[in-house]
Parts: sequence; C-alpha cells; structure tokens
Amino acid sequence: MKKRLCIHGMAVAGLLASVAVPASAADTITVASWGGTYQEAQTKAFFDPTAKELGITIKQDTTNGLDDVRLQVTGNAVKWDITELGADECARGSKEGLFEKLDYNVIDKSGINPKLVHDDWVGISYTSVVLIYRTDVFGDKGPKTWADFWNVEKFPGRRALSGSQATETLSVAALAKGIPIDKVYPVDIDGALQSVDKIKGHIDAWWTSGAQAMQLVKDGEVDMASIWNGRAGTLKKEGAPVAFSFDQGVLTADCMVIPKGSKNKDIAMKALAKFVSPDLQANLPLYVDNGPANEKAFETGKIPPERIKDINSAPENVKKQVLQDPAFWRDNLVDATEKFNNLIQQ
Amino acid sequence: MRSARLHDGAGATLNADALRADARRESFGLLALLSPGLLLVFAVIIVPIGWLFWLSLFDEAGQLSAANYARFFEQASYIKTFVTTFKVAFTVTGACIVLGYPLAYMLSQLPRRAAGVCLIFVILPFWTSVLVRTYAWLVILQRKGLVNTWLMDLGVIAQPLSLANNFAGVVIGMTHIMLPFLVLPLYASMKTIDVDCLRAGMNLGASPAATFRQIFLPLSLPGLASGVVIVFVLCLGFFVTPALMGGGKVIMWAMRMEQTTSLYSNWGAGAALGVVLLAVTLALLGLFQWLLGARATGVWSQR
Repeated sequence: MKKRLCIHGMAVAGLLASVAVPASAADTITVASWGGTYQEAQTKAFFDPTAKELGITIKQDTTNGLDDVRLQVTGNAVKWDITELGADECARGSKEGLFEKLDYNVIDKSGINPKLVHDDWVGISYTSVVLIYRTDVFGDKGPKTWADFWNVEKFPGRRALSGSQATETLSVAALAKGIPIDKVYPVDIDGALQSVDKIKGHIDAWWTSGAQAMQLVKDGEVDMASIWNGRAGTLKKEGAPVAFSFDQGVLTADCMVIPKGSKNKDIAMKALAKFVSPDLQANLPLYVDNGPANEKAFETGKIPPERIKDINSAPENVKKQVLQDPAFWRDNLVDATEKFNNLIQQ
Repeated sequence: MRSARLHDGAGATLNADALRADARRESFGLLALLSPGLLLVFAVIIVPIGWLFWLSLFDEAGQLSAANYARFFEQASYIKTFVTTFKVAFTVTGACIVLGYPLAYMLSQLPRRAAGVCLIFVILPFWTSVLVRTYAWLVILQRKGLVNTWLMDLGVIAQPLSLANNFAGVVIGMTHIMLPFLVLPLYASMKTIDVDCLRAGMNLGASPAATFRQIFLPLSLPGLASGVVIVFVLCLGFFVTPALMGGGKVIMWAMRMEQTTSLYSNWGAGAALGVVLLAVTLALLGLFQWLLGARATGVWSQR
C-alpha cells in the first residue's frame, strides 16, 4: 500500500517533469552533482570532454544528496543517469539497493583506492577536512593539530566545527585525543563523543554548510575552524589572513553511482568510465582544489608539479591524512549522529 | 376546534414537506457548486496529510511500527529540540508584543496619510526575502559586525557581545521577521475602535491612562490575540533564521525534521516529526480558540 501510494504520487510528478522537459534522445544522459564552482570544474574536467569523445549530450542537474536519489528510485521516477554522492552516502544507498551494478569490464578501476571501488559505486574525487586559523590572530604560531585546537589554554580564541557532518567532527575529535592517523578507523565512537564533550563549551558555532564555515572564518566570527579544503583554498585566494595544511586532515571521498532504473544505463556506464579515467581525472585539480580519486592521474604529466603539493589526494598529502571509511559510517552513522546531535545541542 | 387544529397541522405538514424537499434540493445544488473546491481541498490537503501520517507508521525495514514515535522518548535530543522550539516561540512572541503593540498604537493614532507612510516601513521588510534579512542581521550582530564595532569604538564595551550564533541571535532575527504578522492585524483592529468611546470616557472624567486601560486596551485585545496566534504558530515551524543565526546550537523542530529526513532511510522518521508538529499546532489553535473565542483564530477576519 505504502509503495503503491508512493508510485502513484511520483508518477504524477514524473508526468509533470516529462511535460516540462522534452523527451531525451537515446544518446543524452543527465548527470547530477553538487553545483557551484565544484560542478563548473567537473563540467570542464569531466563532462565536456566525455560528451565530445562519446558523441553524446550530457545534461546537468544538482543534487542534495542521498534523499534525492532515494526519492527518485523508490518513486520510480529516475531522471538522473549518474549522480555524485558522499562516499558514506554511497555505502548507505548501496545497502538500501538504490543503485545499478557497475560493469568493471567497461570501467577501469586501476589506480582507485580499493576501498572506493564497489559493486555499485566508485570514487570520483576527494575533499579534505582541514584545520584553518586566522593569521591576524595567531601569526604563524596558530594551532597545527587537532590537539592544539582542543587546547583552549594555549590557543584561546573562538572556534567552529561542523555540526552537520558528525562523521567528520567525530574523526577530528578522535585525532584530538592523540590517536595516530592510521588508528582512527574504526572510530571509537564513545571515546570521540567524550572528546567532543570536552570542547563543546568552547565552540561558538557548529556550521552546517561549507559556505557558512567560510563566512565564519572570513568575517572573523571565529579564529579557528574545521573546514573543507576547497573552501579554505578559496579564502586564501581571496586574500583572507588564514593558514591551513593537510596535516591531520580527514580525507573524505565523493563517489558516483547510476541510480537504479536509469534509462540510459549503458551510455552512463561508458561516461562514468571516462570520468574516472586517469586522463580526465587529471583535469579536475586544474580547476578546483578537490583531488582526483584515481592516483594514476598524477602520472599523466598533466598536473604541473608545483600544483601537486596543493592537491589533497597527492600521494605525499594522503600520507598525512586520515582516510574516512565509508563502510564504517554505513553501519554506524545513524546511532553516532543521534548521539552527536544530542551532545552539541544547547 | 380539534379538527381545525388537525386540519392546520396537516396543511403545515404538507407545506413542511415541500419546503424540506426544496431545502434539500438547494443544499444539493450548493454542494454541487462547492464540490470542485471540496475535491481540491481533499486532494491537496487531506490526502497528503493522511499520507504523511501513514508514512510515519513504518520503520526502516518497511514494517508497521511505532519506532518513529518511540525515538522521541529514547533520544533526549528530540525532547530538547521540542523545549527549545517552544522557548524560542514564547520569547519571540513576547518580544513581538512588547515591540508591536506600541508601534500599532502609534500607527493607529497617526493621521491617515502619515500612518500610510509608516505602514510602508512595516510592510517593506515583510516583502523582502527572509534569507536576505537573516544574513543582514548576521552582518549587523556578529563579533566584528556593526553593533559590536560601534559599541567598542565608543568605548561602551571592552569585549564584543555575543549576539549572533546563539539564542539571542535567533530571537532578534525572528522577532524582526515576525513583527509585521503581529502589527498588521493589531493595527486593523485598533483602527476599528470608535474614537467617540475614548472621548466619552474622558468626558466622564477618566484620565488618558485610565481611558487607555479601561477602554482602548480591552477593545484591542481580539486583534492582539489574532496576531499572537499567527506569530506563535509560525514560530513553531520556522527554519531559516534559527538555522543561520543559531550557530548550530539552537535546533528547532523544523531543522530536526530536515536532519532526520536525511539521516534515516525511511520517510517515516521525518514524517513522524511533521505529524507531531501538526498535532501540537492544531491543539494550540484549539486551545487559543477555547480561551480567546473565535475572533482570535479568525485571522484577518476583522477590518
């Protein structure tokens, strides 16, 4: 009954959508990503070259994440052929059976971390959570590690952490306890929560979006924060007095999937194979700070050597960071997030 | 005499039957005229709400269960959110009354033209996007914002006040956004108060303060009540301002709905929150109606 009602409602929505958008030709696919400068970079790096090479049209849309895919798939109104998600969302969606199986005869997985290669999803790029501080407050003697961030006597000042990404904040909380980067996963959730409990009284804002994190640092509302490296790089480029490094960063992957019921599955598979190929992957860091998921991209010679040190997924930088484990969060996200939400709420 | 009465009775019954048939025909006709509207209300209000309720009864495995409601008691954060929501709603409503009543009173006493100009200043922000106004408040209130910079430059304070990213910020931002919802119905009701009543009061020796207290205030209460109801109910479901001004520490019910919808794989988890908010809002409206009479909830009805 539940399902039938769902389908009925979505059929109406689907009907409306198909009236609004002219019927797509067989060689047209729709790809959804996060929008903004990131998607513009992807357009130049992945979508345009792939469309040209395969002789297809790639339409674009933006996504809010797993909810959107779930809505389309459970409602039988799939309008995307490929969509980007966070790796933990991919792992959860995979458990729910929302994606098509990927064909690794078409997609060459070599060069991609095996943790990001799965039956129905594959890694596409990396974002890092880094510690940023204002140099007009600390000079170059700012907090360098998460233990410093947690040390409110030595580094007095206003602080912000992510409130919406419990996965990331719990990872840095574990690092703050002094756990070495290769021992953070599997996260000791209760231990990490205790660590959050210690700092929460000194947190002035729990940010819920990348833009908000950026605004907090830029306007001097906080003196130090956790932030995504792309946002941190933008702040620096804009001339804000900030410093950050990849030391003790949390490397989180993004992934791509083909939502179950995609009408252009075969072409989508070919396009996805192009997206993750070293050649196109190497384009991405030319336009944006998010590093390629395929490490063979660094061997193509396309990325200028002086650029490589600024890329979070460059082999040198990967060594300094914790790789967030999507499978761990697939199984622990709900419980950990509920506890985390309870803790940070006033 | 008896027969005459019978005769009359029979006549009345005859007539009554015809009248009843006529009335029935007419009400059927009216119902037919109303049916498109009723169907629309059924399709766009009753069905989705029923569906929402239905969805809230299924857990993540798709089984009928009360898990989505049980969670509110198992996880302390939901209770906290609920308390926060009401705390914010009460504070904002209170602040709106304190600021809005004198404002509406002043507007109602001004000459028509001046009142018109002043009303524009009430309505203009009302037409501006909530998002824009919230960001504007953020710029004004934050640590290095206008207020703190000025106060520190003037030497009034040594340390910046924390006005944004906390409860105070949420209340300030929301009060600004909710104020017109209180002022407009209140102003409308104050305009209908007959000035002659006030003159009569003063003529009979009451001081201006007594006239206000004994005549104007009671007559303006229904307008105030309807304004309070709108503001309070809107506060309960507010999202944008607390999300941006609360610094992640002030979590209101609507924000929790958004979090829950993306956290759980079943729509029921978020739907249950919606059902609770709807039930609480309806219960409150019922309570207001009972306490204040129909005029309070018959929003905008008086001119």
